[in-house]
Amino acid sequence: MTAILTNLFDGVAYGMLLFVLACGLAVTLGLMNFVNLAHGAFAMAGGYVCMVLVNRMGWPFFAALPLAFVSSAAIGILLERTLYRHLYARSHLDQVLFTIGLTFMSVAAVDYIQGSSRVFINLPAALQGQFDVFGVGIGRYRLMIIVICGLLTIGLQMVLAKTRFGSRLRAAVDDPRAASGLGINVPQVFAFTFAFGCGLAGLGGALSAEILGLDPYFPLKFMIYFLIVVTVGGSSSITGPFLASLLLGIGDVAGKYYVPKMGPFVIYTMMIVILIWRPNGLFGRTAAR
Amino acid sequence: MTASSDVGYHAQRQARWHYGEVAFWLIVLGCGFLFPSRYLIMTDILRLALFTMSLDLILGYAGIVSLGHAAFFGVGAYAAGLLALHGIITEPVLALVVAGLAAMVLGFATSFLVIRGVDLTRLMVTLGIALLLEALAERFSNITGGTDGLQGIEMQPIFGEIPFDMFGKTGFFYSLAVLFLLFLFARRVVHSPFGLSLRAIKNNPLRAAAIGIPVNRRLIAIYTLAAFYAGIAGALFTQTTAIASLDVFAFERSADLMLVLVIGGTGYLYGGLIGAVIFRMLQEFFSTITPQYWQFWIGLVLVVIVLVGRQRLHRWVLYVPNLVIKQVMGRKAVVAVPESDS
Repeated sequence: MTAILTNLFDGVAYGMLLFVLACGLAVTLGLMNFVNLAHGAFAMAGGYVCMVLVNRMGWPFFAALPLAFVSSAAIGILLERTLYRHLYARSHLDQVLFTIGLTFMSVAAVDYIQGSSRVFINLPAALQGQFDVFGVGIGRYRLMIIVICGLLTIGLQMVLAKTRFGSRLRAAVDDPRAASGLGINVPQVFAFTFAFGCGLAGLGGALSAEILGLDPYFPLKFMIYFLIVVTVGGSSSITGPFLASLLLGIGDVAGKYYVPKMGPFVIYTMMIVILIWRPNGLFGRTAAR
Repeated sequence: MTASSDVGYHAQRQARWHYGEVAFWLIVLGCGFLFPSRYLIMTDILRLALFTMSLDLILGYAGIVSLGHAAFFGVGAYAAGLLALHGIITEPVLALVVAGLAAMVLGFATSFLVIRGVDLTRLMVTLGIALLLEALAERFSNITGGTDGLQGIEMQPIFGEIPFDMFGKTGFFYSLAVLFLLFLFARRVVHSPFGLSLRAIKNNPLRAAAIGIPVNRRLIAIYTLAAFYAGIAGALFTQTTAIASLDVFAFERSADLMLVLVIGGTGYLYGGLIGAVIFRMLQEFFSTITPQYWQFWIGLVLVVIVLVGRQRLHRWVLYVPNLVIKQVMGRKAVVAVPESDS
């Protein structure tokens, strides 16, 4: 029983992490309809920035996390303004080719700069080890992830639902033409959202170094997971991707624990079945956009 | 002249063999005799060309974007490897066909999943199927040999007469023969009314359905055929290298394949062949400069191709040949710019 609860806890932490990593993609892929397979590269950039700051320069872990966010967001906005912008109107094939190219470049570049082996971020002592609550092992690091990611999720939901920017974004997504007719600067809104999503991915990358493992092949290894979160979750709100990442996280952890050799098999089968059953995602809109 | 006979006339004109095509194949055959020390790399190019032709059939002609075409390549590779390893079918040509059929069965079964949904769903489903097969191959390592792959494959002579030699000469001419035969068949298919209906579907599925083309059935048919081609390419891989390992299913293989096709150009059969040659040469060139990081340059090539625009690029490449043809032959360009695909 306690093993189940511990697994559940780990799964929730994993799922939350996936959500932070992938929710930027939910905006670009789900809302702006741009197939960005290079999303994991931004996460990797954040992770490596955090690693260099903490391990080489001796920054405290919690000071390095915001910088991971900022650096990934900066790279994101730079690429959005110079490259991505030209590809919004292109075919999906062009977008796929372009972002695969970017992914390959990022993998080789990081391999060149930092080497191909897995890197670890030195964690403060307060985050190491685990404690027991009624016999259920709770990892401190995972607990911190749940807290941070949970707060982020609530914050995101509030921003989207309550603020002026949130309503602009929703308007721009629902009908770009009508939105720009109302005086909303649609490209600017998209650029800002894109950068913010990249920043979140960077933060997620920094947090995930301990759990998912950080090496130059990160963007390729986890690409499918991000895509699953978005396509299964649908794009009508951030609740869909959130629930999808929790499902995926819990499913993956449980799969690895109970049927170790069939783990990935279960995930991919589920994804295909769900996509066939509901092509717009489990929680997506029923009408095709 | 009625409209339908007019269409038929133009289609038949298009389908005629040009001098350039004959010259192309003669050059390919000539390479086999001119560079006897390069059989291995040339065989590799031929295999890749066949694999790319398979992707071109579904992407260039039918407009199905696939990120998991390596699935069929892998099934063909393992089928051929297992057949040879356990001595079930020892004759290579027969084993090749059987391996192709195995991939074809998988292609037919999965085509029903692929034809549903839009581009994005197709991407995900094809990618998922390839990953699924990779996970399966890893799981059943007692059959597939796991990460070590199938080892100790011994190829029997072709037709019981022509043995495989260590320089790869037999392998090269064997692959060339297979590629040429399958090319002839593909050429026949894409110039047939069936092929024309595929282009109609690619340009606008709704309109195609409105003029009475059974869209889904056509897509299933071409997807199944492409799976057969990819399976043959995979089987050739196993037969000429005598190895089959998990990386036949790898995502990089599918991604590279797209690059090859895009370099060569989609929507005409020579695109895959030309792309394979250029891609391998690029790869050789980059790996001699930076052995470990050639992937970076390959990625850069992809990005540049997309940013410049594929159609513009092909116009530039074909500018000189067309100019020469115009000057020498005194007629309009025969080397056509490949069709757009959006």
